[in-house]
Formats: sequence, C-alpha cells, structure tokens
Amino acid sequence: MSGALAERLRIDAAKHLGSFEFSCDLDLPLAGLTAIFGASGAGKSTLINLVAGLHQPDRGRIAIGSTVFFDASSRLALPVERRGLGYVFQDARLFPHLSVRGNLEFGQRRAGKHAGGASVGFASVVELLGLGALLERRPHTLSGGEKQRVAFGRALLAQPRLLLMDEPLASLDAARKAEVLPYIERLRDEFAIPIFYVSHSLDEVLRLATALVVLDRGRVVTAGPLADVLMQAAARPFFAGAEPGALVFAQVESHDERFQLSSLACDGFVLRVPRIDLAPGTAVRLRIPAREIALALAPPSDVSITNRIEGSIESVVSQTDGHPAHALVTVRIGAATTLAVTITRESVERLALVPGLRVWCLIKSVVLDAGALVLARGQAAQPALQRAPANDARA
Amino acid sequence: MLSAAELDALRLSLQVALVAVIGSLPFAVAVAWVLARRDFAGKTLVDAVVHLPLVLPPVVIGYFLLVLLGTKGPIGGWLYETFGLRLIFTRWGAAVAAAVMSFPLMVRSIRLALEAVDRGLEFAARTLGASRLDVFFSVTLPLMLPGIVTGSIVAFATSLGDFGATITFVGNVAGETQTLSLAIYSLAQTPDGDAAALRLVLISLVLALGALFVSEVLARRVRRMLGRA
Repeated sequence: MSGALAERLRIDAAKHLGSFEFSCDLDLPLAGLTAIFGASGAGKSTLINLVAGLHQPDRGRIAIGSTVFFDASSRLALPVERRGLGYVFQDARLFPHLSVRGNLEFGQRRAGKHAGGASVGFASVVELLGLGALLERRPHTLSGGEKQRVAFGRALLAQPRLLLMDEPLASLDAARKAEVLPYIERLRDEFAIPIFYVSHSLDEVLRLATALVVLDRGRVVTAGPLADVLMQAAARPFFAGAEPGALVFAQVESHDERFQLSSLACDGFVLRVPRIDLAPGTAVRLRIPAREIALALAPPSDVSITNRIEGSIESVVSQTDGHPAHALVTVRIGAATTLAVTITRESVERLALVPGLRVWCLIKSVVLDAGALVLARGQAAQPALQRAPANDARA
Repeated sequence: MLSAAELDALRLSLQVALVAVIGSLPFAVAVAWVLARRDFAGKTLVDAVVHLPLVLPPVVIGYFLLVLLGTKGPIGGWLYETFGLRLIFTRWGAAVAAAVMSFPLMVRSIRLALEAVDRGLEFAARTLGASRLDVFFSVTLPLMLPGIVTGSIVAFATSLGDFGATITFVGNVAGETQTLSLAIYSLAQTPDGDAAALRLVLISLVLALGALFVSEVLARRVRRMLGRA
C-alpha cells in the first residue's frame, strides 16, 4: 500500500455543537496511522464522529474514494452501518451479554456488502492480539487492557476500510497502556488497514503516528507526515503541554562490537547507544526525555557520560507543567533539531543559563536503550517503507 | 388435596395471568420504547393513558372495557362480527382485563430498564454493521432483559389478583371467569364459606410469594449473565 495508490479521505464540513464550532477541510491519504492531535475541546472526537456518522455536519461533504458518506447539497447521509468503518472507543464498549467470542463475531457476521473490503481472518486477529485464552470469557471478567484488545479485534473483524480509534488508551493506567501500545503498533504494521487515532498524548503520537493532524478550537492547525508537522513552527505550541522530550530522527551508522554500542547519525551529531539490532542505514526515531539530559557550561572530561552534544540555549522556561522546582531549557543542537532539558530552577540560576549561551547536553547512553527509546522503525514521512514486504504484496 | 372447584379456579387464574402477560408483553415493550426514546406532541397524554389503570378504580376500567369491548361496543362489536370472538363473560375477556390492569406496571419496569441501556453500546453495534432494527434485537433487547423479567412477573402477580375490572367486565362465571380472587369473594359471601375461602387465600399467598421468589432468582441470573451482579 503505497501513498500514491491509497484511497483518500476528503472532508470539507462544518458543525455547530452548542457553542462549539467545528470546521475542517482535509484531504488525507488513507495509509498508516494518522494521529488526530489536540487539547481536549479541540474537536478531535468531533472530527472522527463526523466520519463515523454519529454527527451529521451542518454543511459540506465527506467521502472516502468514490464512496460519499455525506453530502449536504444532495441531502445524502450514509447510515453508520453502511460506511464500512471500525470504531474503537475510549471505553471498550464490549457487549456485556456476549462472550469475547460473541463480541468478536458480532461485526464479522455482519461484514457483508458494506464492509471496507479488508480480509481479516478470525484466527489471525486472535493470534495477533493474544485473545486465544479469553474467547469464552465474559467482558466483565476482563482487565481494562484485555477489554481494549478485544475491542480492537472486534473492530478489525468488521473488515473496515478505515479504523477509527478515539483515545483507546485514555482510560487505562500506565501499566495497562504499556501493555496495549505494542498491540496497536502490531495491528498498524500487520494489517493494511489505515487508522485514525485520536489522542492528546504526545508520547502516543510520537510512538505510533506516521501522519499527524493538529486541531485547535475546532480548526485544523496543520496536517501532514509526522516529521514534517513536527518541524512546523505553527504546530510547536501544541506539543508544549505534554511530558517534555525531543523526537530525534536518526540512522543507524555503525556498531561497536567490542563495547556493544551502536552509533546513530542524527542531525549533525552522533549518539552512542547500547547496541541496537538493526542494520546500518536503518532509520529510527528516538525520543529523548527532557529529564534524562543534564547541562554543562564546558565540555566535561572526567565524567562517565558518553554523549556530549554542544548547542546553544534557545529558551529557558521556569514554570513548566511539572514540579514547581523544574525549569525547561530548550537547546538547539542542529539545524532542525532541538533538545528539551528538564533541570531544577536552582541549577538555572547557579549556572546563569540564558538564551544564546553555549552549553553541552549530557545524555547517558544507557537510558537510550532499544526497548525504551527506539520507538518506531522506519521514517515517519514514508509509511510505505516501514511495512513488512507481505503487506506491500497485498497492496 | 385440592378440590376440583379449587383446581379449576387455580388453573383458570394461571391461564388468565399467563395469557395476559404474554399478550401484552410486545405492546408493553413498544410503548416503553416510544416513551423512553421518542419525543412527540402528546407524549404526556400517552403516558397518562398508559397509567390510567393505576389511578382509576378498577371498576371504572372494567366499565370502560365493557363499553368498548362488549358485543355491542365499537371494538367488541367488530371482533364479534368479524371473527365471532366474544370477550365478555369469557376467560379471554378476563385475560384482557388482567392485561389492562397490569399494563402500567409492566411498561414502567421495561421503560426503566430501557433507559438504563447504554446508548454507546447501540452506536458501537451500528459501527459494526448492524442496522437499527438489528441493534434493537441483538443489543437493546438482551440488555433490557432484567426489566422485562421483573416487569412480566409483577404483571403476572397483578393479573392473578385483579378483582374489580374482571368482575365488572366478564362477571363471575364459575369455570369460565371465576378466578381465585372472584372465588374467594363468592365464598366469603356464602354462609359457612369461610374455611373454603381461607384455603383459596392460602393458595393465593403461595402463588404470590412463589412469583416474587421466581422473579428474584431470574433477575439475579440475568444480572449475573450481564456482569452486573
């Protein structure tokens, strides 16, 4: 499924909901995972509910390829059940009177003429989502994470042309989130079904998304491939509230077999990380949490820390969303790369950190290990490249 | 243990109550759905008419039935001429009287259950390809089951006990319309009938308690099935 061949979702619509006014004009390729990102009240859910048919726009038109979902001018509104979509809700919404198997089969049995044409098999879904042991259980006996996995399977088995996910992790605690996230990555990569993923969590977006739509107060701020959008100045303010950290796009350069380290070529600098099992040349994304970086005024010589990257301070913000003792320092280290650094306000004062000052960012190699920090393989801008060959053949 | 006459009255009571519940159930579900889910002019009026049997004296309801469903009434006349079906002075008429009297309680219970159904689940079902009608039968109805069960049992018990509407509409014909309540009434009017009446009172008591018990057991089982225990 390459970008050129993918169907496109065309939505040009407006909707009043009480005092909230939503309007958007988007033309998105249906491929990979498109994150719909914004603060609460930005209109994320409104957008996918317009696509799903829960709300009808006041004016405009919504279509996928040649299938028109809504057209105000011809008074056409395709019923929800005939749009061929899958919908995963924040609360799993499993049918309490059916077993897990009954829930999974609900959509599969009805996936006939209106389905999106995907051919997702029961066995492959059960295997991919690890549902085998749960099939005869009742929904109320499942944990939150298990419920959500069943909800993924149920939506997939409806054979959708597009899978909508409305903050599917928002009602889970951190441990359950960590349990469910890899499954979302797997279904993104294993099935050639495009996903719209509503989230207000930057961490989820950076980890999962291949494309990004940023919404604010009912308007589209920007939309496009993840890497492009992240670089846009217009989008930057909307990432400020999340757990601070920088997303660094890199390429595996070489491996040091003696010390079991890998070198990653970034934007004008090299990061040394514990050996990653990827061939040189592979593109990776790294998220470097702001709290894992320390700052020094001179290149330190007698510390253990491997990664020392020179840069200049761009901004110092005393009050961040975190602890009142924290300050967030932004350091420009390459033409297109800045690192966010969380240190104490006391350190800011002691080192007299001000914008323009030269500093060295110190990052311990061990925190940049494969499990925690190499979040997604492949280049965000080119979702086609990160699919398994099997999926390419299917497309 | 029971005399033939007692058995007759018991059998008739059960028959009448069962027919009343089964016959009115689909209407009760439909009315409950309209009241819970639809907004229309005159909804308050419909709601009031449904609840009339709760607030009017049963004798008045019996009188209305007599006027409407008697062989010379507008509906009863038509039924008699078209199908040869006579309700007045028959067990079918007794079932109609019992159904009308228990209808508001049944609707109430089913409506409460319907209002407790998560609309989100219904929308989820539609995203999975189910039409509105399909959603009603595959999701809404099963989730209303606790209310349908308790509503039916309460209606069954109420039907067993009706007196005023039944006697006014279908009279007190032994073997045809003389249910337990009417038989107790008749015996209580008879000299030396006290002991016989007491036996029937005990039977009524056992029936009522039994219905409540079955209702509890069924409702608990359904709730457990739905994971709400």
